[in-house]
Amino acid sequence: MRLRLDGVVKRFDGVTALDGITLSLSGARSIALIGPSGGGKSTLLRVLAGLELPDMGGVEIDGVPLPTDGESLIRYRRGIGTVFQSYNLFPHLTALENVTLPLVQAHGYAKEAANRYAMELLDRFQLSSHAGKRPYELSGGQQQRVAIVRAVAIKPRFLLFDEPTSALDPEMTAEVLDLIAELRAQERELIIVTHEMGFAKRVADHGIFLGSGRIVEEGPAAALFETPQSPELKAFLGKVLKY
Amino acid sequence: MSRRRFQILFARSRGNHEEIPRFGRAVGVTSALFLLALVLSFAFSRLNYGWNWEAVYQYRRMFVSGWLITLAISAASLAASLVIGLAAALSHRSPFLPLRYLGKIYVEFIRGTPLLVQILVFFYVVADAFGIGNRYLVGTLTLAFFAGAYISEIIRAGIESVGESQLDSARAIGLTPYQTYRYVVFPQVMRRILPPLAGQFASLIKDSSLLSIIAVSEFTLNAQEVNAFTYSTMESYLPLALGYLALTLPISMLSKYLETRYRYAS
Repeated sequence: MRLRLDGVVKRFDGVTALDGITLSLSGARSIALIGPSGGGKSTLLRVLAGLELPDMGGVEIDGVPLPTDGESLIRYRRGIGTVFQSYNLFPHLTALENVTLPLVQAHGYAKEAANRYAMELLDRFQLSSHAGKRPYELSGGQQQRVAIVRAVAIKPRFLLFDEPTSALDPEMTAEVLDLIAELRAQERELIIVTHEMGFAKRVADHGIFLGSGRIVEEGPAAALFETPQSPELKAFLGKVLKY
Repeated sequence: MSRRRFQILFARSRGNHEEIPRFGRAVGVTSALFLLALVLSFAFSRLNYGWNWEAVYQYRRMFVSGWLITLAISAASLAASLVIGLAAALSHRSPFLPLRYLGKIYVEFIRGTPLLVQILVFFYVVADAFGIGNRYLVGTLTLAFFAGAYISEIIRAGIESVGESQLDSARAIGLTPYQTYRYVVFPQVMRRILPPLAGQFASLIKDSSLLSIIAVSEFTLNAQEVNAFTYSTMESYLPLALGYLALTLPISMLSKYLETRYRYAS
């Protein structure tokens, strides 16, 4: 995908989350956003997801500026698959209904066709035995995998992951990361905010390190992780890779 | 062995989860009822009272018609109060501020004043000014506005209990605001508010007895009249209590059932 950000600023009640993000990227298929908590990674991802409007600056994806009015934003969001840290699924719906809700309501599928297609997908990701279960009957890892299936089902232009494993224990983290790696292997384009440095290194071909709302360092993932240049990234990697 | 005997009379609980064996439940209910019957039969046996059921029985029609009126008024105001409550709850979230504060003031005034005063003011002042003479209609509307204030708070709390993260998810999958309310918010609100709503409906039925002060001949007023005709106070009012129980007990049981039916983690 081609990404162009030009001086993007986002403030919440006087707190500056993004403090002038400027970036021009083309050809990256998977991008990892890394950095300390409160550095602006999640806010940047939410801007790209069409969930937050920047206060200043412009965003262009594949040459098209991000819409700003309500109607076009809803259309924009329908083209993107977003997975949050947790509580993605609606608790009153079964796993299958969670997957079919956007298909039927936002993508014009007939109910029958949506059911058949969603079952097919759940089957492909070894989740079909959980199709009839509500989220509280699923483990955190299974919930996240269903959320990912829901995001993939709409055939999105690209996928956005906002710390998809931060609320999971190590075993479940592995099952969710395996699934994301599988999507990556299918050449799907994705942007992921993560604290799993090993994973970021493995799936991302481009890395962006954010601190205090600015891009401190960015570049091909291999170089970024192997030979960090800035003292901030060196310190950050030193800390997170210590244990 | 002693452990089993213990289990018959005591519930074992872990956190909010309780285990009551069927046999223990039967023993518990029976002994509770027995205890109550003992106290009541003692009280009534000490009562020096000349029971006269025949006199009251002649007026049985008044009980039946009053009970039906109470049922009709309750059902009608119940339906109206849901509409009013929903409108008031949504007004609390309205971006149009005068509407929002109108909703807030309505809820505070109704909840802060006695129903008795509301009935009198509605009937003798408001309805009179607007030329509504039908006391049944005024009574039903007053009850609906009264219950509507409580219901609006129940619905508002229900809407607010749907977490921010779910609204985010709904936005992320591209639902419109209407679709978000229709498919994400309201189904969850409905399940969460059904138990308190059922409780509110039970109160509504009992509160309808206050309409007797504006001469709506519902169940309570009719019982009062029978009492006035026959001077048989107990015989007039005991059926009254049973008649209300016949309406409120099913609702209370329904509420209990719904509570267990829809109890799921969110």
